[in-house]
Amino acid sequence: MRTKASNQVNIDFPSRSANEGFARTVAACFAAQLDPTLDEVNDIKTAVSEAVTNAIVHAYPDTIGKVSMKLKLYEDNVLEMVIRDWGVGIADVEQARTPMFSTGGEERAGMGFTIMESFMDNLRVRSMPGKGTTVTMKKRICRRAGGR
Amino acid sequence: MAVDCMCREREMTVTLSGELDHHGAKQVMARMDSRIDLELPRRLTVDMGGVTFTDSSGIAVLLRAHRRMAQLEGSMTVINVPVQADRVFRAAGLHRIIHFE
Repeated sequence: MRTKASNQVNIDFPSRSANEGFARTVAACFAAQLDPTLDEVNDIKTAVSEAVTNAIVHAYPDTIGKVSMKLKLYEDNVLEMVIRDWGVGIADVEQARTPMFSTGGEERAGMGFTIMESFMDNLRVRSMPGKGTTVTMKKRICRRAGGR
Repeated sequence: MAVDCMCREREMTVTLSGELDHHGAKQVMARMDSRIDLELPRRLTVDMGGVTFTDSSGIAVLLRAHRRMAQLEGSMTVINVPVQADRVFRAAGLHRIIHFE
């Protein structure tokens, strides 16, 4: 079993695109207590932006629904970020994770999951059509020499 | 998100600044589309020096402009890409498609 989270923040917000910037900024602020490098902060912001944008664009295509973001910090310097929605869900998660695959038309590049995968150490996607999607991302922040 | 378009003798420069995410991308695409349709440039330069953040929405914006320029048989170059945007573009393999300087 995993060790207990040493710190945790939960926020819920409606699936409005204006909240994309809000969510990634919250994640970056929360991660700051791990003393990350600028690159690490940017990786966290980018991955959160992709996950939250997916919830806004795909989970609730014609409505505004609830998106929740849980940020957890573990003793071993691991940051866990869970982005959840209760929207339409994904029938084929493997297909959705394929680079360039998108149901979002010309406005989307189909690279969201590819970017989350490459910027995080671990990415798990659980989804049920009609029930919603949960994206869990983990990243270990390197302890810096001489820091803390 | 600010979009500044300048065109002289069918050489167009688009300067982007601010946070380029899905929230702002629609407006950026609309601005660029309408200016490209109006000016029919031979060469398009996209200056990203002022972009403080981007994600895959930035990829979609560049791919769309790239497609439009290919239809016009013109060329496109992206300049002054900040470190964060460069990491996103590299993760997506965008350098294989788009010319960066």
